[in-house]
Amino acid sequence: MSTGTAVAERGLIRLQRLGRTHPVLRLVAVRILLGVLTLWLVSIVIFAATQALPGNAANAVLGQSATPELLRAVERQLHLDEPLSQQYLSWIGGVLHGDFGTSLANGEPVSEFIGPRILNSAVLVLVAGVIGTLISGALGVLAAARRDGWFDHLSSVVALAITAVPEFVVAIALVILFAVVVLHWLPAVSAVPPGSQPWDDLNALILPVATLAIVIAPYFFRMVRGALIEVLEADYVETAELQGLSRRRVLLFHALPNAVPPMIQVIGLNLLYLAGGIVVVEYVFNYPGLGAALVEAVTNRDVPVIQFIVLVLTAFYVVVNITTDVIALLFSPRRRGTR
Amino acid sequence: MSGRRQGLAVLVAAARTQRGAVGLVIVAAVVLLAVAGPLVVPHPPTESVTGTFAEPSSAFPLGGDNIGRDVLSRVLAGGWLLLVMAAAATAIGVGGGVILGIAAAYRGRLTDGLLMRAVDVLLAFPQLVFALLLVSVLGSHGWLIVLAVGISHAPQVARVVRATALEICERDFVRSVELMGTPARRVMTGEVLPNVTSVVTVELGLRFTWSILIIASLSFLGLGIQPPEANWGLMINENRIGLVSNPWAVVVPTALIAIITIGLNTFTDAIARASLGVERPAEEAALAAGTPLELAS
Repeated sequence: MSTGTAVAERGLIRLQRLGRTHPVLRLVAVRILLGVLTLWLVSIVIFAATQALPGNAANAVLGQSATPELLRAVERQLHLDEPLSQQYLSWIGGVLHGDFGTSLANGEPVSEFIGPRILNSAVLVLVAGVIGTLISGALGVLAAARRDGWFDHLSSVVALAITAVPEFVVAIALVILFAVVVLHWLPAVSAVPPGSQPWDDLNALILPVATLAIVIAPYFFRMVRGALIEVLEADYVETAELQGLSRRRVLLFHALPNAVPPMIQVIGLNLLYLAGGIVVVEYVFNYPGLGAALVEAVTNRDVPVIQFIVLVLTAFYVVVNITTDVIALLFSPRRRGTR
Repeated sequence: MSGRRQGLAVLVAAARTQRGAVGLVIVAAVVLLAVAGPLVVPHPPTESVTGTFAEPSSAFPLGGDNIGRDVLSRVLAGGWLLLVMAAAATAIGVGGGVILGIAAAYRGRLTDGLLMRAVDVLLAFPQLVFALLLVSVLGSHGWLIVLAVGISHAPQVARVVRATALEICERDFVRSVELMGTPARRVMTGEVLPNVTSVVTVELGLRFTWSILIIASLSFLGLGIQPPEANWGLMINENRIGLVSNPWAVVVPTALIAIITIGLNTFTDAIARASLGVERPAEEAALAAGTPLELAS
């Protein structure tokens, strides 16, 4: 423990030195420290919600079948017989050492049977994020280029509709259209058999990815459209056009780069949205990721699994937030000047 | 212009725009169906009266569901509780968010710092995940779902309200009331609150849409309103396996959820544009106020 503190102290001193010479680095360091603080507080909230609430977790786990002996056994397994602070410390201590406890439903170590699911969910989030961003970005450029044209109006109405409906509505609509009732092109279930990887069966990935891509598309579409329209009204764009550059060239090489910082923010927000979106979408398509596992764990009241998955999802939130902030900082001309 | 009228004026202005009127009519139609529906059900919604996934017939216009209950009756009976729960969650979330947001902006310093840190921590949870976390141990009770969804709204509302209130707190009329020795609570409720009503009106619309979205999603996951009670989210999940035999048992509740959320979002968009007095959709307004886009579900 003492070596850990010493390392942390040395690291802090080095950070302070860096901070004096590099203001941007200092901002980054502060952001990271705040992120760590947030994560720590998040862990307390997770712990409080699952273990410290009056509705004793052991009772919840056993439900009707609670006999005094069983109850005591589960209480020991969850360390519920210890004082709260001690319970928290042993849980968070385990987490820091990579020990997330054992599942109450099947007795396996949580990290062992949930670990591979992180990869499955990551594939879903990344593929949907990239495809959704590229397509909605292209549509945003089109809408901005022909502002107030029919495409601009139509796409803004569609975007408004998509932002309103829940993910499962989009998912069910796609299943009805492409898998079950209207057409029979794609599978309605996207199970990944044990031993195979999500990309082994690309057909099965199409509908879950399409659902998530559609759900996040409107935000990026609107941001690109709005940012481009604003930039296109700026003086230097007019100058570029007066110099005889084509409209397309101006749009893609002069206007678009200036809209990068807000775009990064929205891409980050979309990734965060996806972290919540996978819950319902994985459940609909029976895709073996974190989201489906969370629903299952909540149904079984498998407390260690719930704690682990929620911790992973919130850690993802904190990391994405810091990353987008830092990237936006580096791209922002105002900040760059102070370096 | 007095504050409370400001919020009302924005609503009226929104309803007068083409977009707002369309949204309002859609919402009113679905609300009417959900509220009057339980009074006119042709069959008992929780009893098996026809075949499993029976095709539509004259006695059962939308056919049967997974255990032979009348789909039309369940559609008619399955909306009101969703709407009531969503309204209650919205009231809790927006009410709490307004109190926190104004307190943070007005008190400043330590209060502001602590409240905004707490907001950051709660924002790290996707809203649906936060609700699942609470439901996991306490069980899926209606009141708990309402409370969980309400609490998950509060930080987002607090951010938006704080951003607007910060600027109001700097104005001369607030300063002068302070100098006259008015207690802080009176300044917050009497001077600051009335001047953020148009922002709050937009938030009410946004949060109501998201409440429906999350509560319907929870029901869809089987963790919301418990069977055998009819509700649109649960119906979709129960009847998915029968899509081939009787798609109506899925299509109709799915369409109703889509229609009311789209209608609400359209009306909210009109409110946001009216409140800004310019052509700007709700998301951009939220972004301008420094909030992230909705991170729900």
